[in-house]
Amino acid sequence: MDKKVFTTPILKQNPITVLVLGICSALAVTVKLEPAIVMAISVTLVTGLSSFLISLIRKTIPNRIRIIVQLVVVAMFVILIEQILKAYVYDVSKQLSVYVGLIITNCIIMGRIEAFGLTEKPLPSLVDGLANGLGYGLILIVVAFFRELIGSGTLFGAQIIPQSWYAANGGAYLNNGLFIMPPMALILIGCLIWIQRSIQKEDK
Amino acid sequence: MESLNLFVKSIFVDNMIFAYFLGMCSFLAVSKNVKTAAGLGVAVIFVLGVTLPINYLLNKYLLSPGSLTWISPELANVDLSFLSFIIFIAVIASFVQLVEMVVEKFSPSLYSSLGIFLPLIAVNCAILGASLFMQQKAFATLGLATCYGLGSGVGWFLAIVSIAAIREKITYSNIPKPLQGLGITFIIAGLMAIAFMGFMGINF
Repeated sequence: MDKKVFTTPILKQNPITVLVLGICSALAVTVKLEPAIVMAISVTLVTGLSSFLISLIRKTIPNRIRIIVQLVVVAMFVILIEQILKAYVYDVSKQLSVYVGLIITNCIIMGRIEAFGLTEKPLPSLVDGLANGLGYGLILIVVAFFRELIGSGTLFGAQIIPQSWYAANGGAYLNNGLFIMPPMALILIGCLIWIQRSIQKEDK
Repeated sequence: MESLNLFVKSIFVDNMIFAYFLGMCSFLAVSKNVKTAAGLGVAVIFVLGVTLPINYLLNKYLLSPGSLTWISPELANVDLSFLSFIIFIAVIASFVQLVEMVVEKFSPSLYSSLGIFLPLIAVNCAILGASLFMQQKAFATLGLATCYGLGSGVGWFLAIVSIAAIREKITYSNIPKPLQGLGITFIIAGLMAIAFMGFMGINF
């Protein structure tokens, strides 16, 4: 199997910054690192497994109703993930609220199934799905890192900015509340795309 | 009064795009000119306005815990809520397919202008998202749920038409090369989201 199947989706063909897929439900979970990582893992699993399963049954799916078949397969995996999250990390699943369900309509999953799973063999589809999920997770984690650090001064809930810096304790530092609000996630992604496209141009 | 309040709130304060990032994919992909953006916006309003009441009834009489008592009181302990993702997405996908067929049959001109967007809508996160939020907010009546659906649709329409208008205007602006296209669109969306934050706290 070609190693490229695994490596290109993570950086060169990153689903978020290059292909613009799956931004929908992603950004709302990036206020804190922990839910972002849980979300990244869930999406990676769902993309990989559903691509794999669709690829297994690709020859039996009638073309006209393939969208519904795909949605049902994806929904099944998402329900599994949701039940597992509820059982083992209940707090995080409360924070993620409806966004776990919205993995179903995450464009990355449908996009990869349409572009790869429907035509390729099961194993490469699994790898392709997993790699795309990881590429997506990478962006999610980078955005969450900055939003949590600047917005609330913590990482994984642990204080990073020393308490004595804060204005309340005689310092001059204040958390930047804007980073917790939705707009900053959009602007951060915009900047990430800017950085990535400038670097890639130099490669050519 | 309550329904008007909910309607206005779901347009401006709880805007699908700027507060919850739902429907980002088509928001970014189909906002290159105002006309197509408006077409997709209208289709979203329509699909939301119909699927939300359907899903509300399904949720009330089939899915939520203890909702099966109308069949027989013995079923009071049955909780089918884990099935909600699969049922909601099936309703949405089949409704979209149905609308597509009806429109194709009876109004070919509308079909040619709207047709390409209809399949896109089945995987638009805003539609499934609205149904999931409806389940979470547990509206009291069918009317309120419909108001919420229509309001979210109008909010989405407003957002996509305004960003399409802005993108038309900036076509000739001098933007740094790597930031062109996607990058600047994200940053504009972020700035618009900041503007929409000004609506917070609207109440009648």
